[in-house]
Amino acid sequence: MSEHLMKVQRIEHGTVIDHILAGKAFDVLSVLGISNEKSMSILINSHSKKGGKKDILKIEDVELSELEASRVALISPRATINIIVDGHVVRKFNAEAPEVVRGILTCSNPNCISNQNEPVTSEFRLGPDGGHRYVCNYCERDIVDLATRVR
Amino acid sequence: MRHVISVHDFTVQEIVDVLDRAVDMLPIARGEDSSDLLKGKVLACIFFEPSTRTRLSFETAMLRLGGGVIGFAGTEATSVVKGETLADTIRMVSGYADAVVLRHPREGAAKLATEFSAVPVLNAGDGAGQHPTQTLLDLFTIRAEMGRLEGLNISMVGDLRYGRTVHSLAIALAKFGNTINLVAPEGLEMPAEVTTYLKSMGRLGTICRSPEEVISSTDILYATRIQKERFPDLVEYERVAGMYRVDPDLLSRGPDNLIVMHPLPRVNEITPEVDKMPQAKYFEQAFNGVPVRMALLSMLMGGE
Repeated sequence: MSEHLMKVQRIEHGTVIDHILAGKAFDVLSVLGISNEKSMSILINSHSKKGGKKDILKIEDVELSELEASRVALISPRATINIIVDGHVVRKFNAEAPEVVRGILTCSNPNCISNQNEPVTSEFRLGPDGGHRYVCNYCERDIVDLATRVR
Repeated sequence: MRHVISVHDFTVQEIVDVLDRAVDMLPIARGEDSSDLLKGKVLACIFFEPSTRTRLSFETAMLRLGGGVIGFAGTEATSVVKGETLADTIRMVSGYADAVVLRHPREGAAKLATEFSAVPVLNAGDGAGQHPTQTLLDLFTIRAEMGRLEGLNISMVGDLRYGRTVHSLAIALAKFGNTINLVAPEGLEMPAEVTTYLKSMGRLGTICRSPEEVISSTDILYATRIQKERFPDLVEYERVAGMYRVDPDLLSRGPDNLIVMHPLPRVNEITPEVDKMPQAKYFEQAFNGVPVRMALLSMLMGGE
């Protein structure tokens, strides 16, 4: 484990989310719906061995599923998820930005039909240009402030 | 089942096919010939928002093809006032008709309608979103007046931010290989996603504040209404509206074959003197809604 991760106490059980885009750790917590009652360490603008800066989250007694990891990818598409049991990494996987997001997000356009009292599930598609933006399937607008749009 | 929700769903060839079919429809649209292509078919025109041209031209198109029309304009006399969802309204109406034309104040309404409709849905405007049949009739007008749909300089003038017709028209014109100049007052500029697209296609011309700057190289001047309600200060509105007024003096500085288009309604952004000038094509443009919508209805309802 890197020296940077050792800056804060290592965890025995839980999840370490590494390589979060710098400054996005709190958005990741928000998108996961993890309350501040959990014991956790948050590193902001930590130096990355690959160069540049990153955020790291170490959350005790929470094991993220791959489905939850995809929520992380909505905010930070290249984050890595490490599941820790008895002080060891037992599973490691990348947060893959989903092509389609159904039901999790609400459209940031207040005039979008998906925000009215209609029997539909919100749906967003990853923009085609690789710019990591999600486009509403209904009003065709980019979602704004994505972390705040999680149900 | 094909729906008409956004002009971006059409390939360039599909657009050309619609325009070609609309040409064939012209004698029937003018009443010089008759047709019973859609005899026995019913079109539902459900308009949750005001409309003059779009609704009447859809209804005319259906009647000219021998079909019938049902629908409403305004929700006062419908179950919508009782809180009925759009989804339920569409489910019900699509059982009465062979195609549904929908105008709705919310963006994405037509897309939603496709999920609940048993018949083709045609988007007649969804909030500030798409209005594909307007784009198609604009393209039809340009081709009819200029003889081609590529290599033209189009100057879009006025409210380019809220005027929904200019967004999809600009993108469609870029796909056909035209150059687009954007002339708008501060605060009413074309949205960034449209200008970014035009730039990526190499089709973004001049961005400026005054039509004077581009008039000499303009083939088509596409004027839009500057809405008074966008301005908190009436004096500022009058000043801006005056700057963007199309009059004979402005047109005298353009090329001889320049044409003026406008999606209508206009208020005073084109002076009445222009109406009699050969450049004025906005009433032909409004008429062209009939053959273009006839073409779409005939394609969607399998009238052949």
